[in-house]
Amino acid sequence: MRLNTLRRHFRESFKSLGRNGWMTFASISAVTVTLLLVGVFLVIMLNIQHITKQIERDVEIRVHVDLSATDADKDALRAKLEAFAGVEKVTYSSKDEELQKLIDSFGEDGQSFRLFEQDNPLSDVFIVKAENPLDTEKIAKQIETLPSVSKVKYGKGQIEKLFAATTTIRNVGLALIVGLLFTAMFLISNTIKITIFARRREIEIMRLVGATNGFIRWPFFLEGLWLGVLGSIVPIAIVLSAYSYTFDLLYPRLKDTFFQLLPFYPFAWQVATVLVLLGACIGMWGSLMSVRRFLKV
Amino acid sequence: MIEMQDVYKTYPNGVIALNGISVRIKQGEFVYVVGPSGAGKSTFIKMMYREEKPTSGKIMINGVNLANIKNSKVPLLRRNIGIVFQDFKLLPKLTVYENVAFALEVIEESPKNIRKRVMEVLDLVRLKHKARFYPDELSGGEQQRVSIARSIVNNPAIVIADEPTGNLDPDTSWEIMDIFERINDRGTTIVMATHNREIVNTIRRRVIAIERGKIVRDEVKGEYGYEA
Ligand SMILES: Nc1ncnc2c1ncn2[C@@H]1O[C@H](COP(=O)(O)OP(=O)(O)O)[C@@H](O)[C@H]1O
Ligand SMILES: [Mg+2]
Repeated sequence: MRLNTLRRHFRESFKSLGRNGWMTFASISAVTVTLLLVGVFLVIMLNIQHITKQIERDVEIRVHVDLSATDADKDALRAKLEAFAGVEKVTYSSKDEELQKLIDSFGEDGQSFRLFEQDNPLSDVFIVKAENPLDTEKIAKQIETLPSVSKVKYGKGQIEKLFAATTTIRNVGLALIVGLLFTAMFLISNTIKITIFARRREIEIMRLVGATNGFIRWPFFLEGLWLGVLGSIVPIAIVLSAYSYTFDLLYPRLKDTFFQLLPFYPFAWQVATVLVLLGACIGMWGSLMSVRRFLKV
Repeated sequence: MIEMQDVYKTYPNGVIALNGISVRIKQGEFVYVVGPSGAGKSTFIKMMYREEKPTSGKIMINGVNLANIKNSKVPLLRRNIGIVFQDFKLLPKLTVYENVAFALEVIEESPKNIRKRVMEVLDLVRLKHKARFYPDELSGGEQQRVSIARSIVNNPAIVIADEPTGNLDPDTSWEIMDIFERINDRGTTIVMATHNREIVNTIRRRVIAIERGKIVRDEVKGEYGYEA
């Protein structure tokens, strides 16, 4: 394409934005509202996903070693555990360490457990982490069959429930986002339809004098693109400033919990990029729908 | 060279607008198309710039059969045909100069050529001095001259006009005819559908009369032949 032509298409598309003042405003607003909601969902979902990952990551299998096991048995067990497919890490915690952890976890009240220091009823434990938290159950079942294992404990059912919950949240969110995207797309396509209608005379003349379809369509694609991209500015600003504010507010309180939010950077850039690209896509897609329906030869 | 062979056109609503048209128009001819309202004149003209496709038959323009060219080839066809309408079809927000230049801009002509060509054709239709005027600042005749200038700015071999004087008073119509004659003198084929009896009977040229979708008369230097 000639540079002149490109310049012309840009000029024409911007002119349309101005000329259709109200419709431009309406469709940019529609994109804005949509992307605002999409942005909020995106932020929430990505954070849920992030938090879920952390919780999932903390899911561990506790392998209690049989009291009769010798040091050699323990070494053999450890070697077997480490050789398991899908096992990420194996750590050993002796029964004394276990008791200490128990005492610590009860704080002041834990002191009463000191009685057991003489005759520790706990077992030595191997803590096994699966590479994929969803494999936890499968791995745990297999570990149960190994020799020198007295008991295997893991968050039975918890992981599955957690995972099912996040999946539901993800799916509902995605469905909503898809619905909103289509709404915005429909509104943009409507605006482009109005532009096409407003410029039907120009289009008619272009056809008569032999302008190609591609040439005729370009300004409408660009107009759709601008509508989408312009519609993404406000949502990006709002979503990111709200996130930054919320993050600063919650960060100190959540510091010691599972609920770690995603840090502002590079998250902010990712969200901004996604929103701009989504805006651009709905703009061009909306435009395409109208152009295909109303600009047929 | 325009050649039609057994052209039939039935519109989707069942109206048979062209009922077996065969005709040859040589390069450089000046042809009037006459006939009562609804006879099929406009349809006949639309066939030539592929606004409508024939239901059957062949339409050859400079060796290409318009009946089976692809839609994507239509723009190229139209760059070689100038089209003029009764209602001028000018863009009200563009000046005279811009209206004519528009036709070249949208086919991506280079800016240097655009300026030169536009001034040439505005000179030909004697509107150079009004290049900066807007359409609503011009008389009907002047507006039609702008639209003619636009139709020929790309140097087409053929100019087709559907009742170009239909909206104009008699004096102004003569101005328009003068311009068509000048264009024809340069070797451009002119096909013009008209209801203007006086013009057809004064500036004697080939007359093709269409009635109910058929050619009923085809005379060199013919007459209008209907009551006004
Ligand atoms: N797009 C169309 N759809 C259906 N019928 C049409 C269409 N255009 C023209 N016709 C019909 O075809 C016939 C010929 O019309 P037209 O070619 O416009 O005649 P003329 O220009 O001689 O008045 C008329 O009966 C008219 O109603
Ligand atoms: Mg007609």
